[in-house]
Amino acid sequence: MTNDDIREVVLDILADIAPDEDLSQLQDDVAFRDQLELDSMDFLDIVMELRKRYRVQIPEEDYPQLASMASTTSYLEPLMRDLEKVES
Amino acid sequence: MYDTIIIGAGMSGLAAGIRLAHYDQRVCLLERHYTIGGLNSFYRLRGRDYDVGLHALTNFTPKGARTGPLARLLRQLRFRWEDFELAEQVGSAIAFPDVRVRFGNGIGLLTSEIERAFPNQRENFQRLINKIVDYDDLNDDLFAMSTRQVLAETLTEPLLAEMLLCPLMWYGNAREDDMDFGQFCIMFRSIFVEGLARPLAGVRLILKNLIRRFRQLGGELRLRAGVERIHVEDGRAVGVVLDNGTELRARNILSSAGWVETMRLCDDGQPVDVDQAGKMSFVESVSVLDTLPSRLGHHETIVFFNDHPTFDWHRPAEHLCDMRTGVICSPNNYLYGDSDTSRHLPEGVIRITAIASYDRWTQLPEEEYTLEKLRWYDRLCASAVRFMPDYRRHVVDVDFFTPRTIQRFTWHDNGAVYGCPQKHWDGQTHLRNLFVCGTDQGMVGIIGAITSGISVANRYLLTG
Repeated sequence: MTNDDIREVVLDILADIAPDEDLSQLQDDVAFRDQLELDSMDFLDIVMELRKRYRVQIPEEDYPQLASMASTTSYLEPLMRDLEKVES
Repeated sequence: MYDTIIIGAGMSGLAAGIRLAHYDQRVCLLERHYTIGGLNSFYRLRGRDYDVGLHALTNFTPKGARTGPLARLLRQLRFRWEDFELAEQVGSAIAFPDVRVRFGNGIGLLTSEIERAFPNQRENFQRLINKIVDYDDLNDDLFAMSTRQVLAETLTEPLLAEMLLCPLMWYGNAREDDMDFGQFCIMFRSIFVEGLARPLAGVRLILKNLIRRFRQLGGELRLRAGVERIHVEDGRAVGVVLDNGTELRARNILSSAGWVETMRLCDDGQPVDVDQAGKMSFVESVSVLDTLPSRLGHHETIVFFNDHPTFDWHRPAEHLCDMRTGVICSPNNYLYGDSDTSRHLPEGVIRITAIASYDRWTQLPEEEYTLEKLRWYDRLCASAVRFMPDYRRHVVDVDFFTPRTIQRFTWHDNGAVYGCPQKHWDGQTHLRNLFVCGTDQGMVGIIGAITSGISVANRYLLTG
């Protein structure tokens, strides 16, 4: 998967968790928390959905890496570059 | 071998089951009764649909709201806001002798009604709201503070304090007489700041959504599957034994049976302190009418009434029931959408709830039990019509449930509706893979129970 694919995967997950959010205006360099009304339960879901869909295991100490879209994609890139994107 | 066995297919067990099944766990949901729902259920009698439990869903927030318990649980369970088909209340009231304070969804109407009825309490009420806003959920000492004391320090009109306590205790106070301030703040927000709503089809719509989702995700539901005991080996819960002798094994067990009830199920000789169980139980009369409540001049959704200036919240000392306070609920009086005539209930319904003594109701011999149900039905209606138009000559069918009925459906000691007063917030037990959810873990009501199931599943059963 390319970085763009990974970004798409994360967007898919966000759309699933927060269907009422307008994600088209999402700014990659700004923390999710400052743009979307996500709480800790939602962050857990990002981790859990990545595990469910791509078997990507994210240890708890790495959760802070998922703060923004930019940091999430660069964190996931080495873990996901060899995976095929699946349509959800 | 299951990943998780869940005891009880009520709101909390179903919600936990959906979370775990969504993340590919092998989940078995065990229900003693022949139907799901526990305290919040539904049945058919003489050709009519009835609800138990639900008067109103609390914590109503409109579509698009991103914060608050309702929005959070919809996201966690992957439901759309529309799936619950929530219709807002018409409006409700707190009725005491000579003073009636109305409230709707959002704090606006309550605030102006309090200014009207208690003009000198305007600033004090604002101070109370500030204290509720400032209240910090995470502080245990603050949680257990006496609400009566906080109200006495904040309001200089004792009647107003009693009137505010009445609906909030009625809809979620497990403790007798006083209320934990933390619980008061939670209930204040969920009823006065957010609000009340109901699906036209009642609690069955919510339950059907939950069970359909659980099954779609591969969850397994077993009805008539009472748990006889939780089998413990070397400090771990290894599985359960059902009433019919079937043994099931699991990595983790989540029980919504109640705290005392769960301890009693463990076969490791765990001490059981029955005094910890909740004490507050109720009777409820359901009257089906040949007309709509609104045609009799009754437009309110819920009326919380109390016939004297102080509000007494404890088990009846002398009788089967305490008729001095009660709740009048009309499921007709919601804004189901009046332009479309198909969106209404087929008949008028009035439900009256009163405080009842579990011990007295369960000690009655069978024939007296039937007789007392009839007798107290009449008394309940007579008590309620002091605060609403008299509907009694319009009644075409009735039903009546007692603490005995509640105990049969929920298996909770004392028929306790709001669980034990001492909540087990962390959901943990003496065994490292046995957890509790439901009213004894945390919040009450449908939204509270669902939130409880979700949060305990997230915290202990999903990770790792």
